Amino acid sequence: MKPILEVHQVSKQYKIGAKQEAYLSLREKMSTFFKKSPSTERFWALQDIDFQVQEGECIGIIGKNGAGKSTLLKILAKITPPTKGHVKYHGRIASLLEVGTGFHPELSGRENIYLNGSILGLRRVEINAKLEEIIEFSGVEKFLDTPLKRYSSGMKLRLAFAVAAHLEPEILLIDEVLAVGDTEFQKKCMGKMDEVSKSGRTILFVSHNLGAVKNLCKQSILLNKGKIIARGATADCIDTYLNTNVTSTNERIDFDGPMASYFDLIEPKINGKYLGHERLCFSPDESIKIELPFSSLFQQPFRITLSLFKNGVRLFSINDQLAKSGSSRFTAVFELPSYFLRPGIYAIAIGGNNGNLLDKWFWKEDVFSFEILEVWDEKMEAIDWGIIKVKAAKTYRIL
Amino acid sequence: MKKLSAQYIRPPQYFTFNFKELWHYRELLFFFTWRDIKVKYKQTILGFIWAVLQPLLLMLIFTFFFAQTLKISTNGIPAPIFYYSGLVLWNLFSSALNFAGNSMISNAEMIKKIYFPRLIIPISATLVALFDFFMALSLFLLLLIYYQWSSSDLNINYFNLFFFIASATLLTLIGTMGISLSLAALNVQYRDFRYIIPFLIQFLFFVSPVIYPITVFEDWQYLEYILALNPMTGALEMMRACFVEKANWLVVQISSTAALLYLLIGVYVFRKMEAYFADLA
Repeated sequence: MKPILEVHQVSKQYKIGAKQEAYLSLREKMSTFFKKSPSTERFWALQDIDFQVQEGECIGIIGKNGAGKSTLLKILAKITPPTKGHVKYHGRIASLLEVGTGFHPELSGRENIYLNGSILGLRRVEINAKLEEIIEFSGVEKFLDTPLKRYSSGMKLRLAFAVAAHLEPEILLIDEVLAVGDTEFQKKCMGKMDEVSKSGRTILFVSHNLGAVKNLCKQSILLNKGKIIARGATADCIDTYLNTNVTSTNERIDFDGPMASYFDLIEPKINGKYLGHERLCFSPDESIKIELPFSSLFQQPFRITLSLFKNGVRLFSINDQLAKSGSSRFTAVFELPSYFLRPGIYAIAIGGNNGNLLDKWFWKEDVFSFEILEVWDEKMEAIDWGIIKVKAAKTYRIL
Repeated sequence: MKKLSAQYIRPPQYFTFNFKELWHYRELLFFFTWRDIKVKYKQTILGFIWAVLQPLLLMLIFTFFFAQTLKISTNGIPAPIFYYSGLVLWNLFSSALNFAGNSMISNAEMIKKIYFPRLIIPISATLVALFDFFMALSLFLLLLIYYQWSSSDLNINYFNLFFFIASATLLTLIGTMGISLSLAALNVQYRDFRYIIPFLIQFLFFVSPVIYPITVFEDWQYLEYILALNPMTGALEMMRACFVEKANWLVVQISSTAALLYLLIGVYVFRKMEAYFADLA
């Protein structure tokens, strides 16, 4: 069978100057007109991207921020042209790069359905035919004739997704639409997308939510620095993605407090990976081992404290033993079991003190953060709501 | 599933004009125009009356100061008709130029997120101005009927009137589209044009025969033909053609040719830069 989408050697180059400054001024252009223009720095956002998609396939596109996922989708959506290469496709490509594009706050919900639908490429007759379905899916029937500016952000999102979900293109591009909205609505969206993919449409799905990608797509493409580094089963791509190494930074961490000048934190690691500028990501089925190597000149007994924060709330603090350091270098190690932290982003605060006297201490919040990825798994049941899963708690009934 | 023909996405290479695609998106053109008209008059008490009120008040001011006090010639046409016809057509030109010239920037968010033929945006902006024009034009017809009824020396052939107004409107639209397409495209890359547009409109107002007739330049050889390079010079001459003995048709011809040329240049510039709007905006 012939593929429905063929991407041939597609590359995209950006001039760095043109991308960073929003726009040029005429004066700048004129002042460089007669001079030989200095060699502007260019970089390749995508390089020699080459893949094919069969009809009815659902392909996940994963990679870190800046890997080129969005650029690839923008090229397929015809928003920006490729610098080299070409794309061949059959049928209509529709994109959900951001739901609610073109919504106008002054217009009513119903008017926005028509406006948004026609921006997304629907004909008026098509919208008329699907209007009931769209309204029902969105769940905002009561407010259809209210201006959009009076809607809550959740309502806007539901309306936008409802319109988008009823597009029926041959190829659908989806970028991070599930990043917002409540859990119940997210489930509804996932269900709808599942339905779309089962109806034989081709989907290209970009998301940071690896669980969603794993659930929806059998096949995936892993991008890194503008190149495809893996193409195959989603599970394999996710494994490769999680194991991509991050380079370390040598930034000094400035602690606060009277003990601060005695301690230096050198290259902390989580599960053997150095912390870099990019956030480390872990699967819930991994245990988390945080290693904090210090060099210290402190001569009295002390202990090292680690606190975990989520959304500014301190979840817990753990300490190591109160002891003198034998040598000037030591490593404090903290381990958390697997399936303990629920998916989300956690910030780490590091400190130390001289025991219960607490007159000497050092402390720093937001030293680094890591992310527990949403990888859905039978071990995490839907009823386990909350930030952490408590294993120590006992539950029983008295009759 | 039915057999679908292959389509391609390639780096932009040569100049093309895809009229079929534009036709396919005609409903979007309608929705954009409808949205802008609706939003423009939302939460206003007077609503559409504003479109009539602006030229009407200016006409009264011009009639009082220029015609009554300063005694500036109106080429034998009753002053209110002379000024109102000029102002209505001028408003079409200036608001279309202003609105369409800035339209790509005001819709930048959409351009960055979704594909549709970009030409739709400046065209719909021009159509919004055309809507206001038709509102204001209806008062013009009432004004004419009043003048014919109150004074017998104004003879109007209504067939000619319709023909001249329609041609003048068409000429204005072609001229504005031409100029505003270039401006809209350049505005995306060089925001200097945001400041150039209001200045350009003001400049053109003084060199267009809105508040004076083109006949004031009769003594200066060729000047009126140079001024005719401005499409509004010919359009205004045509708009008032049925109220004067003899209109200056050479001026109209020069303006029409110039307007068509501007349109070709505008479409070319716009199409050429279109592919990179999302990168630049």
